[in-house]
Amino acid sequence: MNIIVCVKEIPDPEIPPSKFRLDEQAKHVIPPEGIPPVMSPYDEQAVELALRLKDDQGGKITLLTVGPNSVSRMVKHGLAMGADEGFILSDQAFEGSDSFALAYILSKAIQKVGDFDLVLCGREAADWGEGVVGLVLAEILSLPLVTLAESIEASGDKLHVKRVTLSGYQVFAVPSPAVVTVSNEVGRPRLPSGWGIISASQKSIPVWSAEDIEVDVSRLGAGAARKKLIKLSVPERKRTCEIIQGETASEAAAKLVEKMTKAGMI
Amino acid sequence: MADLTGVLICDELLDGRISTLTKELLTIGRALADELNQHVHLLIAGQAAEGQGEEAIVLGADRVYLANEKPFTKSVPEQYLDYVLEVDMRVNASIILFSHADMGRDLAPRLAAKAGASICLDCVGLSLDPKTHDLLQTKPVYGGNALAVWASPADKPRIVTMRPRSSAPAEPDPTREGKIIPIKIDADDFTYKTELLEFIEEEIKGVKLDEAKVIVAGGGGIGGREGFLMLEEFAQILGGGVGITRVPRDEGWMPSSQEIGQTGHVVSPDLYIAVGISGAPQHMAGCSGAKNIVAVNKDPQAHIFQEADLGVVGDYREVIPILIAQCRTRLKA
Repeated sequence: MNIIVCVKEIPDPEIPPSKFRLDEQAKHVIPPEGIPPVMSPYDEQAVELALRLKDDQGGKITLLTVGPNSVSRMVKHGLAMGADEGFILSDQAFEGSDSFALAYILSKAIQKVGDFDLVLCGREAADWGEGVVGLVLAEILSLPLVTLAESIEASGDKLHVKRVTLSGYQVFAVPSPAVVTVSNEVGRPRLPSGWGIISASQKSIPVWSAEDIEVDVSRLGAGAARKKLIKLSVPERKRTCEIIQGETASEAAAKLVEKMTKAGMI
Repeated sequence: MADLTGVLICDELLDGRISTLTKELLTIGRALADELNQHVHLLIAGQAAEGQGEEAIVLGADRVYLANEKPFTKSVPEQYLDYVLEVDMRVNASIILFSHADMGRDLAPRLAAKAGASICLDCVGLSLDPKTHDLLQTKPVYGGNALAVWASPADKPRIVTMRPRSSAPAEPDPTREGKIIPIKIDADDFTYKTELLEFIEEEIKGVKLDEAKVIVAGGGGIGGREGFLMLEEFAQILGGGVGITRVPRDEGWMPSSQEIGQTGHVVSPDLYIAVGISGAPQHMAGCSGAKNIVAVNKDPQAHIFQEADLGVVGDYREVIPILIAQCRTRLKA
């Protein structure tokens, strides 16, 4: 099974909130100092799901990402996990693109890659949390779509996709090729093996420009965006916490119950 | 293109009753429509019960479209999408609202792609620019570390999913009037490439999280399945439910259907007791609407103490048994 996984590099989302900084004037997030950017965790889980399918079925995994050339470090991580090849889609014309334009760029790159059975995307990127690219991609490519997948099984010429809901799950059958967005229920992605790291370091990662993938640049960039960011701020904290003191944990606990009762919480 | 007008609300389907999520959308949609002096349209595609259309009118809808179809979780999304497209062909809505839940987060982007609309998912606030009528959409980003406001101009449809609990549910006003319009699409089980094979609702032990007045939630600090037995006992005494963060789910200590946060349930109980929870914004996104938050954590530096009203620094294995014993005596008295 040939699988294309769309991935994105973002500032490490696991940093403590105290390290989070933004520039309200410029409306952008200041990357935390000394903490390198990472593959968006949901995308990493999409790579993991692709690898599980490859373990089972064989085939080839191709990574696609839109971003500056510096994202090659993140693509290498995906290759070290076990993906076979990666391409970076990079062009000045791509800057400022919204989710619709990104989906369009990816759709053209996917057509250039050609032979594929499945396209996987993370459920959303952990930076802007749009949750749109994978779904629009399916519409552009006119392919069946299942969102929030926890697992995928090949069954004849169909894919059985388990979709997580708030109260349980659904299982859909779709013909391949299809687009599937991957949910965090996939669980922890595998760590690169030593051999994976060595083999990834020897692979080159081609960069494709707007011309290479034949996109109509008038559909890209900030000018074509359907919504505009007008404010970015740090939310106010609404509460101030009273720490209940006590000589021992049990004394503090007893005082807590008293406080909660007085405040009418219990 | 004909002028875009009105607010179309797409019901997060629950058979036979108007869900709280839809009532929340009716509050938001009514306010926007009143400001624009336009109509609120509501699509109910699930199996409507007797009088459900009338109830929706009393709750704020001017036009109710009844499809009487299977609920979303029991049909393929493409079918529901066709109902939305069918209604929107008649309405030509300027703003289309979904809940950011199972159905909305799946359908809204598909619809935006088909309709050439702007889209903003998981919003917590909506308003209109008084001059331009741009839709101003407030959305937590960077896992809740930041809040973004996005403006979408009125020349394209604006599609939004609202985070649950972002507004109060609409209150009935029996004097309101409106129209009920039955709709139909041409589709059967063979129309769509996607086929639904299975649909499973997991049983949740104890009180349902969305309805619980009290929630006792545990995070990575609980350390294993056994610790949650203690939290379950505590929740039971308080008549509440048990929630979890991402770690207990990833570790397989607890089922994912109990997860609270950006990727799980969004809850607003009267009391939220966070035990062994660090307070990452991705989790707080699901519980910051609680009236009171009480934190128990052995790390005095834990971020949860910035987010709670009351806190105890200590090992939950010592603190919770005392809370259980004390609450048991007090609630008996």
